[in-house]
Amino acid sequence: MTVNWISIGLLTDIPLRGARCVKTPDGKIAVFRTAENQVFAIDDHCPHKGGPLSQGIVHGAAVTCPLHNWVISLETGKALGADEGSVRTIPVRIEGEQLFIALEALASRAA
Amino acid sequence: MTEKLVIIGNGMAPGRMLEHLFEQAPGRYAVTIFNAEPRVNYDRIMLSPVLSGEKSYEEIVIHGDGWYIQHGITLYKGHKIVAIDRAAKTVTSDHGVTESYDKLVIATGSVPFIIPVPGNDLPGVITYRDLDDVQAMLLAAQSREKAVVIGGGLLGLEAAAGLASRGMDVTVLHVMPTLMERQLDPAAGYLLQRAVEERGIKVITKANTKQIVGDGKVEGVELADGTVIPATLVVMAVGIRPSAGLAKDAGLAVNRGIVVDSGMQTSDGDIYSVGECAEVDGMVYGLVAPLYEMARVAASHLAGDRSAAFVHADTPTKLKVTGINLFSLGDFAEGDDREEIVLRDATAGIYKRLVLQQNRIIGTVLYGETADGAWFNDLKKKQTDISEMRDTLIFGQAYQGGAPLDPMAAVAALPDDAEICGCNGVCKGKITSTITSKGLTSLDDVRAHTKASASCGSCTGLVEQLMSLTLGAAYNPAAVTPMCSCTTLGHDDVRRLIKAKGLKTIPAVMQELEWKTSCGCAKCRPALNYYLVCDFPDEYADDYQSRYINERIHANIQKDGTYSVVPRMWGGVTNSNELRAIADVVDKFEIPMVKVTGGQRIDLLGIEKEDLPAVWADLGKAGFVSGQAYAKGLRTVKTCVGSDWCRFGTQDSTGLGIRLEKFMWGSWTPAKLKLAVSGCPRNCAEATCKDIGVICVDSGFEIHFAGAAGLDIKGTEVLGLVHTEDEALEYIVALAQMYREQGRYLERIYKWAKRIGLDEIRRQIMADADKRRGYYERFVFSQKFAQVDPWSERVSGKDKHEFKPMATVGFAQAAE
Repeated sequence: MTVNWISIGLLTDIPLRGARCVKTPDGKIAVFRTAENQVFAIDDHCPHKGGPLSQGIVHGAAVTCPLHNWVISLETGKALGADEGSVRTIPVRIEGEQLFIALEALASRAA
Repeated sequence: MTEKLVIIGNGMAPGRMLEHLFEQAPGRYAVTIFNAEPRVNYDRIMLSPVLSGEKSYEEIVIHGDGWYIQHGITLYKGHKIVAIDRAAKTVTSDHGVTESYDKLVIATGSVPFIIPVPGNDLPGVITYRDLDDVQAMLLAAQSREKAVVIGGGLLGLEAAAGLASRGMDVTVLHVMPTLMERQLDPAAGYLLQRAVEERGIKVITKANTKQIVGDGKVEGVELADGTVIPATLVVMAVGIRPSAGLAKDAGLAVNRGIVVDSGMQTSDGDIYSVGECAEVDGMVYGLVAPLYEMARVAASHLAGDRSAAFVHADTPTKLKVTGINLFSLGDFAEGDDREEIVLRDATAGIYKRLVLQQNRIIGTVLYGETADGAWFNDLKKKQTDISEMRDTLIFGQAYQGGAPLDPMAAVAALPDDAEICGCNGVCKGKITSTITSKGLTSLDDVRAHTKASASCGSCTGLVEQLMSLTLGAAYNPAAVTPMCSCTTLGHDDVRRLIKAKGLKTIPAVMQELEWKTSCGCAKCRPALNYYLVCDFPDEYADDYQSRYINERIHANIQKDGTYSVVPRMWGGVTNSNELRAIADVVDKFEIPMVKVTGGQRIDLLGIEKEDLPAVWADLGKAGFVSGQAYAKGLRTVKTCVGSDWCRFGTQDSTGLGIRLEKFMWGSWTPAKLKLAVSGCPRNCAEATCKDIGVICVDSGFEIHFAGAAGLDIKGTEVLGLVHTEDEALEYIVALAQMYREQGRYLERIYKWAKRIGLDEIRRQIMADADKRRGYYERFVFSQKFAQVDPWSERVSGKDKHEFKPMATVGFAQAAE
């Protein structure tokens, strides 16, 4: 199975400690940029009540959901603290300034 | 064999007596109590806090029903004893119940004195004695009309303060030239009068009540000089008389009260009397400390120990009106053989006077600062020769012997027999030894075991200090709650350090204050962002990534990820053009729901994030700006139609509301800030449950604050009355700025006010013109940078990345 790396834009398109969305047929993906310029992509869908994680406050390598303050690890997609749940993480590659995400699942499903 | 003990009356004195008795002679008596009031034993001293709303009835119950069951007590609630048959040794109640006794305790308390003037029996004339009176006052206060309190003593002033805090317009009539003249000298009486008047309570001294006027119900009080003060409620609080009629009818020796010896025994060896009805050594008492002493003595005698004897002791007087600190003890009349030491600090409102006789304290009056009351009391009780420390005596214990002591050291220096709790007569040694022997760790435990600070509560601070001294690090009552897990510092420390160190960015704060995480969390970052915006409005660059989504994109996120948009409608007033524009926007963007909010605005719900700039652009063209319905900041100013339209309106409430909103919009505050202006006390704009509210009256504008109608429901407190609209604006703005500068992030104004103290706020805003002006000017300065419409900014392109997806991918593949 081949991995499709799809270009989604530049690192600088995302504010530091912020997020942007990528629209896919499978729903929105939230792409985060941390204070240390790490980039993570996860489904834009909190495991709790589906809150848009891309709208949350980014701190360290985690985001706090804007609806009910669940804290989700950007690295693992797992809820931190006492809450339990997880969201899908999507591989990200940075080439220079260019960002790519791996949409293997989407491509296979579409095919 | 079990003896029968019957008690007439279920007040604090017999309640305490039983506690001692059950401890000393468990099982000796089968106890029956007749209570004329239909309830259990409660803390009568705390009626004033119930009246003012600081406590509920449930909180002041001393013995719940369970206590009576546990001790096998038969309690007749609502039974008044009408006869004592000493020959047959029985008592009979008004419901016809007859009980026999081996020992009888009469604790009938006292009855309020009703001044003998025409009209004193009109409906609407009440006394201030028990919970029924409080409930009658609370009911009357709902009208928010005028009340007159006759009597400027302890009870009268507490009643007046309570009624005023419940929104009534209160006048106190006092027959003497100064308030509380039995406890305070004229200077302190004057300071007290000023403090009472600052709460909006009118005080008329040398007021002789001629009659209470009214047709079928109270309409006013007429004074001897012909003045008539309108009132729908008259509270008589001119004093109490021992309730000794029953004892007298039974043939017991009765003077002013029921005559008892130092063992609380009446002229009948099987009958005792305790409480306000008892007269011992020619004295009757109304304060709780001597009554509890009577209870202790009577219990010992009933338990068979006949050595206990009641000894007179002066009891300090304190007024339970939040924020008024006064302390009075002993004899402070002037005299040839007496000297006095006086300290006055006009700015701080402090007055202290010690009356000395032969180098010993015989009387103390403290006003404004009463921390040394316990120490002076101790010196007086022990008749300490003060000649050595005469020069510094008045400054208090902290100044004796070199460097000032901190308050903790001052408490540590108190001798073991120093009285800490005046109400319950508990000394320091008793508290510290009980803490140690019973291993107590919480204030509630200490209260339960020692009774210290369990009555009026004014010595709670001292008790807590004793706990710290005794338990050391194990007791940490005021442990600061950290802002979040990123720091050990609390909000107040962080705010203070931001200013002290001049920290002007979030990274600077985190670096200098040693944050434990690299970039904070969703709790501390928005708080820090607010503190910096507030403290450095001109220099700080707002960090949008540290704001909640609502404030970042100026709309309210909904459960499905769509947003709601509320345009500002100044004072809740709109017109056909605005409504048309809103209707067009609703059609154009297919907005699924349009709803009128509680703050008199129109809410457009269910808007996709990407559509927000376009929606705002259309609304902007019609003249709308953001309603900031999402902000920890000024939200809405709700108004009624006021004098322009309403036949009851006293001022232009709509105009003032619009003016306030135009002045204050855009300001960020610790938590949301909602205002309302009502044109008359009918209060159609519901101003008395808002963060800040105005009730217009004929004479001006009554400013209210610290209301809540959310998770907590709380009526507002009165800040004060001002006479012009300009003043109203200045005072309200100053209050908002004080809250902005002191509030902890997400702390609503009512919680902040509770923490800071209503009186401190009133003092700074109402009484201190310089402070008020300073707050006002800082607010005005801050507004220069805050009043930028966020919608138009974003329509013109700011943060446009927020509203667009970064990329759209995958659809092409899917189509193949």
